[in-house]
Amino acid sequence: MAGTSAGTAPPAVPAVRVPRRRGTELTLLVVAVLLSVYGYCAVGLAKNDTVPPGAAGYGAGLGVLALVAHLAVRLRAPYADPLLLPIAVLLNGLGLVLIYRLDLETPHDEAAPAQLIWSTVGVGLFIAVVLSLRDHRLLQRYAYLSVVTALALMIVPILFPAVNGARIWIRIGGFSIQPGEFAKILLAVFFASYLAANRNALAYTGRTLWRFKRLQLPTGRVLGPIVAIWLLSVGVLVLERDLGTSLLFFGLFVILLYVATGRIGWIAVGLLLAALGAFAVGSLEPHVHSRVEDWLHPFASIEAGRGPNQLAQSLFAFAAGGMLGTGLGLGHSILIGFAAKSDFILATAGEELGLSGLCAIFLLYALLVERGFRAGLALRDAFGRLLAIGLASILALQVFVIAGGVMGLIPLTGMAMPFLAQGGSSVVTNWIIVALLIRVSDSARGQPVPAEAA
Amino acid sequence: MKRYIRHAAAFCALLLIALLVNATRVQVFQAGSLDANEANRRNAIVRFEQPRGDILVDGRPVTGSRDTGEQLRYERTYRNGPLYAPVTGYASQVYGTTFLEHAEDDILSGTDPMLAPLPLWNDITRAQNPGGKVETTIKAAVQQAAYAGLGGKRGAVAALEPSTGKILALVSAPSYDPERLSGTDRAVADTWAELNGSATKPMLNRAIRQTYPPGSTFKVVTAAAALDAGEVTDLDAPTKSPNPYTLPGTSTQLTNEVDGCKNASLRYAFQWSCNTVFAKLGVDTGLTPMVGTARDFGFNDSGLRIPSSVAASNFDTSMDRAQLGLSAIGQYDTRATPLQMAMVAAAVANGGSVKAPHLVDRTTTEDGDVVDATGARTLRQAMNPGTAAQLREMMAQVVDEGTGTNAAIPGVTVGGKTGTAQHGIDNSGTPYAWFISWAQAADDPEPSVAVAVVVEDAAADRGDISGGGSAAPIAKAVMEAAIGAH
Repeated sequence: MAGTSAGTAPPAVPAVRVPRRRGTELTLLVVAVLLSVYGYCAVGLAKNDTVPPGAAGYGAGLGVLALVAHLAVRLRAPYADPLLLPIAVLLNGLGLVLIYRLDLETPHDEAAPAQLIWSTVGVGLFIAVVLSLRDHRLLQRYAYLSVVTALALMIVPILFPAVNGARIWIRIGGFSIQPGEFAKILLAVFFASYLAANRNALAYTGRTLWRFKRLQLPTGRVLGPIVAIWLLSVGVLVLERDLGTSLLFFGLFVILLYVATGRIGWIAVGLLLAALGAFAVGSLEPHVHSRVEDWLHPFASIEAGRGPNQLAQSLFAFAAGGMLGTGLGLGHSILIGFAAKSDFILATAGEELGLSGLCAIFLLYALLVERGFRAGLALRDAFGRLLAIGLASILALQVFVIAGGVMGLIPLTGMAMPFLAQGGSSVVTNWIIVALLIRVSDSARGQPVPAEAA
Repeated sequence: MKRYIRHAAAFCALLLIALLVNATRVQVFQAGSLDANEANRRNAIVRFEQPRGDILVDGRPVTGSRDTGEQLRYERTYRNGPLYAPVTGYASQVYGTTFLEHAEDDILSGTDPMLAPLPLWNDITRAQNPGGKVETTIKAAVQQAAYAGLGGKRGAVAALEPSTGKILALVSAPSYDPERLSGTDRAVADTWAELNGSATKPMLNRAIRQTYPPGSTFKVVTAAAALDAGEVTDLDAPTKSPNPYTLPGTSTQLTNEVDGCKNASLRYAFQWSCNTVFAKLGVDTGLTPMVGTARDFGFNDSGLRIPSSVAASNFDTSMDRAQLGLSAIGQYDTRATPLQMAMVAAAVANGGSVKAPHLVDRTTTEDGDVVDATGARTLRQAMNPGTAAQLREMMAQVVDEGTGTNAAIPGVTVGGKTGTAQHGIDNSGTPYAWFISWAQAADDPEPSVAVAVVVEDAAADRGDISGGGSAAPIAKAVMEAAIGAH
């Protein structure tokens, strides 16, 4: 209650000044860059007893990227949540450290330079999104374009040869991209847009199942298109054997449907379908069946005399880390083999940073997700809300599916740990997700004060 | 809608909690068993990350380490590998460790907590100590003499210092180079297959892991039992033994290789190795005293460690009188390792006291700080000191003018006992030639070395095989080397 005034004039609108917190963001960014550079130096000191020759360049590069991104946010999204960008920079920096660390074990197969380039591209797109997208509601207009593009992106890799059992890559020259990664965002935009437009119809009309009001199903005319799209996307992914992503789309769909309609029935139906689908695919599809077998019996290959498989090696790595970890550069998670830098990057974190480091990483992701939900809560438009929840849920589900997979909690499905894992498409996509979260959080926190006073 | 957003957020929080609980399960509660899993290569990587400590003979390393730059980085090398293989064993990336490499692995690999500068220091710093050193009791000259003496013939030699139990030589032939088992490449697997497939069993440590019928060398034990039991009180009195001797309760007749065994005195019977006299002496002494004395010498002890475990030598504990008679001359089920028979000779040389045989003098850190030292330790008193003195006298006569003259060393008191052990079905195998002995230099107050030699050369002409002929010269060379090195 700062500005009370006496007299007969109508009571002035209280000048509530929403703090922008850009200084906080800058400080946290400096901490994130310094932590990453520290990790980079620690790896070099542990492996070669010297600070790595690229330390200054690495620090400068990451610092410049962070600074430019920060300036873009300051310019176009001044009210954005100050935690989002520093967390993304820290996770990306840590990912580069871990990949660089694993590169030292495979001198003929370096992934860190490419990852640095992709990270730069990712930050570039982040800046582009923050600068060009003035209002997230613009995206609502392109819902159908999004879904068509998403489906196209998912179908194209079928024409390309499979890599390690999954047809999810497009290879042109030396580059390979995973179009399914980008489809995530587009599908989230479509779901959010469609559900925002039809949520009343979905929530309040339709047939009642077994007299239970909560199990009321909407009419096919409303539900039809979205179920069709969803079935199509999941079907394509099953064809491509990209189970992680199909699980992700499934979870995203169920969460958004629930948030939009509030019907517990959706969750029940969703879980039932998920269980049926998982059982069917798990018992019929050999690739998935072997993943389930590995999950149930991670040491079967050892007992059979074939040596530890990737999951067993991953569990060994986590165990070797224990509470405090071996220290950066001092673990042996390279034993996991070819996916050590991508799907299994978390095992390196678990081994060298220990349970304590792993908890820190999980909490960083949790904060990112929580900030997304918070923006969703504060927004007023249904589309923005659903978009924020969708993007946050994508992050949460990705982290759960891959972390649970490499630690033996659930069957393993190939998926990238956001920002940490090697993979250009993934890094770029996640930067775009953070850019969109920045945009919606800016709208949420920078909205004009409620209009009823005026 | 806000309510449902909160529900969705709670769902995400639940996922996070599941991850944290699972991480704790894997990294804390299951960590121990996962770390210990044999398929977990980390143990091997850490193990070979630093050079292994050395095994020393006469203060000089007989082992080394080679940096390969591979994942299992340091490989073991050996100097004079075949000569010291029965002592060192091998330390292989693939096939593990044996003998001293195995028994002292904690010291050599640096994992022994006693190597740490301060208690619990390594647990705090996660540092690994450099590998420590193992100083053996082996004398290079004695080992060389034994190895050269066998000259590739199948057999084994064990030499002890009677007063301390220090093992001066431990040789097994044919031998192999343990360095060929270091590393991970194909050649190692080929070597392993070749060594294991070889009919001559080069990796068998015949000195401590193989038991042989001891034959007439066991008569030392029988004589000790008879003297201690009072069965014989006068070495020169006739023993009232027939020739041939019919084993009690059977029609089997025992004969001798030499004349004059009928009613011979113990002294004569020992000197010329009369089977009839000793078989009857064993039967007359009785099962219980015979078993007791054999046990005091070290028979039937499966727990002997030097620090590698030594195969148990056997003297049956329940036998009829005929079997006892045969056992008393080292046949039937009686079996002994060469080390055990060296302990028999050493007990005689050391007044009846059996010292614990040991191969490690002391272990030190890389810098030479002593971690552990092995002193002389008495295992048992095998016989009265008086009995030991009488046996010494008789053993010396064997070398002076009996079956063991090939072991005589001018100016040195040498006592010995020959043995020719029958084996195989109906004694069809080529007999094993045995010789056990001790030697005392003129200026020494007591014998400084005891030796057991066994030669099992199947190529030799059967008639040539006798303890005095093939084994005694080897024992002589070993004793000369020991006195020279003493």
